[in-house]
Amino acid sequence: MKKHTISILVENHFGAFDRVATMFSGKGFNIRSISIGETEIEEISRMTIVTEGDDKIIDQIVKQLNRLIDTIKVVDLTSTPHIERELALIKVNVPKGTMEEIKNINDIFRGNIVDITGRSMTLEITGPPDKIDAAINLLSNFGIKEIARSGIVALKRGEQIKIKKEKNLTT
Amino acid sequence: MKNDPNYMSGAEIFFECLKRENVEYIFGYPGGAVLKIYEHLYDVDFLKHILVRHEQGAVHAAEGYAKASGKVGVVLVTSGPGATNTVTGIADAYMDSVPIVVFTGQVSSHLIGNDAFQEADIIGITRPITKHNFLVRDVKELAPIIKKAFYIASTGRPGPVVVDLPKDVINSKCIFKYPDEVEIRGYKPTYKGNSNQIKKAAEVISKAKRPLLYVGGGVIMSGSSEELKIFARENNLPVTMTLQGLGAFPGTDPLSLGMLGMHGTYWANRAVDNCDVLVSLGARFDDRVTGKVETFCTKAYKIHVDIDPTAIDKNVVVDLPIVGDVKHVLAELAAEMNNPPDTFEWLKQIEEWKNECPLEYEKNDGRLRSEFVIEKIFEKTNGDAVVVTDVGQHQMWTAQHYRYNHPRSNITSGGLGTMGFSLPASIGAAFAVKDRPVISISGDGGFQMNIQELTTAVYNKLPIKIFILNNSFLGMVRQWQELFHKEKYSFTDLGSSNPDFVKVGQAFGIESYSTDNPNEVDSLLDKVMKINDRPTLIEFKVVKEDMVFPMIPSGASISDMMVKRLNPKRMI
Repeated sequence: MKKHTISILVENHFGAFDRVATMFSGKGFNIRSISIGETEIEEISRMTIVTEGDDKIIDQIVKQLNRLIDTIKVVDLTSTPHIERELALIKVNVPKGTMEEIKNINDIFRGNIVDITGRSMTLEITGPPDKIDAAINLLSNFGIKEIARSGIVALKRGEQIKIKKEKNLTT
Repeated sequence: MKNDPNYMSGAEIFFECLKRENVEYIFGYPGGAVLKIYEHLYDVDFLKHILVRHEQGAVHAAEGYAKASGKVGVVLVTSGPGATNTVTGIADAYMDSVPIVVFTGQVSSHLIGNDAFQEADIIGITRPITKHNFLVRDVKELAPIIKKAFYIASTGRPGPVVVDLPKDVINSKCIFKYPDEVEIRGYKPTYKGNSNQIKKAAEVISKAKRPLLYVGGGVIMSGSSEELKIFARENNLPVTMTLQGLGAFPGTDPLSLGMLGMHGTYWANRAVDNCDVLVSLGARFDDRVTGKVETFCTKAYKIHVDIDPTAIDKNVVVDLPIVGDVKHVLAELAAEMNNPPDTFEWLKQIEEWKNECPLEYEKNDGRLRSEFVIEKIFEKTNGDAVVVTDVGQHQMWTAQHYRYNHPRSNITSGGLGTMGFSLPASIGAAFAVKDRPVISISGDGGFQMNIQELTTAVYNKLPIKIFILNNSFLGMVRQWQELFHKEKYSFTDLGSSNPDFVKVGQAFGIESYSTDNPNEVDSLLDKVMKINDRPTLIEFKVVKEDMVFPMIPSGASISDMMVKRLNPKRMI
């Protein structure tokens, strides 16, 4: 089953996130990763969901997302040129005499060392998910204590999608 | 600001909004969190509040009203249990796309989340069973939210909307202004179908040898029965309908094949199996229609017209999707049809199937049967009544034998299959329809699930004909037990514990009759059909062990259709 990255612009309302999550659980669709954050427009948030399924399922996911009243725009980025990034914080053991080696790996992946103690180091690595997978793979030789991954954020390459400002109807 | 005549409390704003939405009836039940609204309701004269006896009844009544009238049904209940009691009704309205707005009371904003008295997170609870829902957090949002709620409920594919009203919001004040228009950037239903697709559909239908129209509730909701009639008759196209579609096309028209699917007619299902072009209009290829998807209608080119894009390719992948309002699409399609297809042979073939295996039942043993009662009801009303059914065998028999002649006359719980639906829904329908009889048909099981609403019918002097087809069993479950569960009639025999339904009716103050004699059916029906100022009740004690046929077992193919009892082998 193919992975798909779906970008969703939602109203920054109370409950909008829950509606999306409820749709996925209610219809039995999988979520591999999910991230949500503010956009250039104050009242709109962007959700990036990585999901999986055959064409029929992805078609349904996109339609069902569109059907939600709070979703403004739903785009399956998978087949269009787009940028995907993820951030991971990796807390790795530092056995005696391996600090240089770990620092080298960090440099190769253009990471940052954001915390360090006598026995462990926390690296911040950003990039496409496969790059993070590769870093984790290499670091696992030293023993990984904890990982936190942000989930993927993604944007289409090229022109942005214009969103109409909603008329303020409140009195 | 305080001198402004439009400076009002949330409760007053609530009614100002309903007035602008032309609400005639609210089905409701008071309680602590909505006392302020009920305080103002006392002086409101532009609408009528119907006091139900259980909040579930309020929602089904609103559904019945909405389905019979085409308007939005409105419910008002209190917080906590008042709100949770509406859940089944809301789920029912969601499955059958019924436009209702349910206003629930809520504890004061500062108490939300505190496990306050009569608090329930109704927004969270109803999220997956509403088209949309709103928690009003500021009285200034109240009018725009109500405007949006009615708009969302009634446009596109209709559905239920919940508006949760915290007590402090209802009590606080602001200047009332009702928005003139609604602008929701994430919600823009498509009404007009793609013209190229419609043109293509017309070409395909014109060239078809064995075309079939498969009609669902969407045709009724969009008000396109007239367009359908013209389109089908001008082009000699046979029409089969889903449970919710019954009434969209006159059941007595020679082109009508009746219902398709699990308990559909033999000839409708044979037509589905053998057609070369299937045109789905406002239907959703539900599993009770398709059975096993892989073997459903495999020979046909499929055209699917629906206003809801998610309905397309959801269950059955189609060749030509048209997203749009059936009314618009049908009008355009009719205009594009240059040559009607030659369906003479095809209609003849369907007629042969009809004769091969008509809807039959035992008529000569002197015992009372549900099918007979329903046929009699059909005769007495010429197919013109509003018939509100419950869920189970009687529902399927009514779908088979009551040939509805008008849209908005068949009111039943299809998608969710909610027992206890008929009585409260018939109450709502009786408020909407005054010029035709309103008939509620239930089984003995379902009737007892919202029996308290007899009070509502009596108090409001509604001339509903309440018919109970009492077979002393949960008949449809019993049927499955006999056919698929080794005849273990586990907890479906109600006979020994059923109440005396005549005495029940009388206790509520209803003129009630009972019979198990086919010869008495005529005179009893005549008697109650004449009474137009109060409800009446007849219990028909029918044969216990009857089963609904034809039947395509769940998940099976049309070739597995059973047409008679004790002969469960393949019939075709």
